[in-house]
Amino acid sequence: MSTLLEIDRLSTHFHTEEGRIKAVDEVSLRIKPGETVCIVGESGCGKSVTAMSIMGLLQNGPEVEIGGRIQFGDTDLLSLDKHHLRAIRGHEIAMIFQEPMSSLNPVLTIGEQLIEPMVLHLKLSKKEARQRALELIEQVGISRPEQIMKSYPHELSGGMLQRIMIAIAISCRPKLLIADEPTTALDVTIQAQILDMLRQIKAESDMSILLITHDLGVVAEMADYVVVMYAGKVVEEGEVTALFESPKHPYTQGLLKSKPVLGQRQDELFSIPGQVPNLLDLQPSCYFQDRCAYCMEICRTKEPALKSLGGGQKAACWLYEEEKRHG
Amino acid sequence: MNSIPEHLPKPGPGQEAARTAVSKKPSLWRQSLRRLLRNKLAMSGLVVVVFMFLACFLGPLLSPYADNKIQMSMMNKPPSWQHWLGTDKLGRDVLTRVLQAGRISLTVGLVSMVLSVFLGTLLGAIAGYYRGIVDQVIMRLADLLLTIPGLPLLFIAGALLSEWKVPTDYRMYIVMIMLSLVNWPGLARMIRGQMLSLREREFMQAAVVLGLRDRRKLIHHLLPNLVPLIIVIATLNIGGAILSESVLSFFGLGVMPPTPTWGNMIDAANNLIDFQQHPWLWIPPGLSIFATVIAINLFGDGLRDVLDPKTNR
Repeated sequence: MSTLLEIDRLSTHFHTEEGRIKAVDEVSLRIKPGETVCIVGESGCGKSVTAMSIMGLLQNGPEVEIGGRIQFGDTDLLSLDKHHLRAIRGHEIAMIFQEPMSSLNPVLTIGEQLIEPMVLHLKLSKKEARQRALELIEQVGISRPEQIMKSYPHELSGGMLQRIMIAIAISCRPKLLIADEPTTALDVTIQAQILDMLRQIKAESDMSILLITHDLGVVAEMADYVVVMYAGKVVEEGEVTALFESPKHPYTQGLLKSKPVLGQRQDELFSIPGQVPNLLDLQPSCYFQDRCAYCMEICRTKEPALKSLGGGQKAACWLYEEEKRHG
Repeated sequence: MNSIPEHLPKPGPGQEAARTAVSKKPSLWRQSLRRLLRNKLAMSGLVVVVFMFLACFLGPLLSPYADNKIQMSMMNKPPSWQHWLGTDKLGRDVLTRVLQAGRISLTVGLVSMVLSVFLGTLLGAIAGYYRGIVDQVIMRLADLLLTIPGLPLLFIAGALLSEWKVPTDYRMYIVMIMLSLVNWPGLARMIRGQMLSLREREFMQAAVVLGLRDRRKLIHHLLPNLVPLIIVIATLNIGGAILSESVLSFFGLGVMPPTPTWGNMIDAANNLIDFQQHPWLWIPPGLSIFATVIAINLFGDGLRDVLDPKTNR
């Protein structure tokens, strides 16, 4: 099957005064055309850094070190020069951010910001771009597009702004849309509308989506394929139904258990004990070991590799290595 | 897309803007304007400034003494119906000369402001946006200029001009350039600071992600965000420039007589006899400087209250 985006052992490390932070460490993932891949994990596990690395928002330099390969179609994004990177950004790969309120320039009208990328990438005339901008505003479910075009960001609500952000992102018909927690800043009803809309747009345009979230509800609703990250590593991945039905890695199991279930009121919501380890002093071990209920001797000394467990599911956990060894 | 309901209520100001969306003025500016109009101090400042400009640029046209003819018979006469503010030692009408001087002083103030704002914005924006070595070079140059107090620097430059016998006609322009060269570093610093914080804002990351060019990001996305700050600085800058020009001219290092400026007119106070016996020679230009600079600063302060993002909201 063809692959749109292939990330091969991507490592993004930051050099700080305290030492080297492995924000993303040897992460691999694939996105096929028209597929929605979700990256799940708690704060600080490297989800956003992965997205920023794909977008080229982080560049190799004295403070950042990026290794591995990001293959988009025929191009290697990491080795691309500034000029070519710019041609891909916004055109073939688009991105929407967490905070719609601050992601639009406060002093430019919605119209100006919508038209800009189309004039730049699609080489449309101002007039054509304007026409398409009006259509896009309607497509993302906002009425009175003429008026919206003339409005400034502060005049619209968060939900509307996120719709506008999506309109801008899809304006050049990208092959891949990276959505970095697109609904986190919105309230739940708007969240559902936005997700519905994203799904509908995806269905119409055969665009792939890389969705970054910590909300398992969103994952269940949107994803085809799920990648669970922990402390900069992929700990488990698989088809969404398989993963939700039989999570393999104790971390994934914990995540799923800590989700409130409608109709079952517990006195206390389950939570995974402990905290994400400090990314500064990671010893060779399973990074989840000190929070894991099934922790064994080997977990403390050796890092488990991501192993295929059948059914398209993969997990990085000694529990399953053990099973294999014995069986 | 029919599944999505017709829509979320808009916030108050939005509705207002939507109703009046026909007119071109954005509501952000209109809100600021309304707030400014309510600020009495700032508005009285504006009235004085406008009055000064009108008086200086139109007044001399109405005066019968605009030709500055030397009349020995009318030397040092006190104010009278004929000469409202008296005459100077060459028999010229003081009121007319104060107004003519105002033309020069205000023009010097305005032009040197425009120049220094242009320089400061350009260099500050470039330094803040590109950072690295460009930033270092520009800002160290600015620091160098800032470490030397402005006035002595201007004095040296003025003295050099006199030494080189620069024609008096040109001196006015050179003074403008001198003032703006002294003034830009402070401005560049402020613009750079704003730029540094703006470029890290999320909407700039969004602009990067859209694949925009550097120049476009700088001019189309970042500069408009600086406009309020620039307006405020520019306004306050005019007052400063007028003051500096007056100081220079007072010491005979700025614009030279016979071209009158407020500064070189106050020079009369240097002479003990004029100071004691002919106060109409130096009080009017002195008051003019005082009133104009105070008014500009009041207006600028009012503008800052309204426009500066840090005091705003």
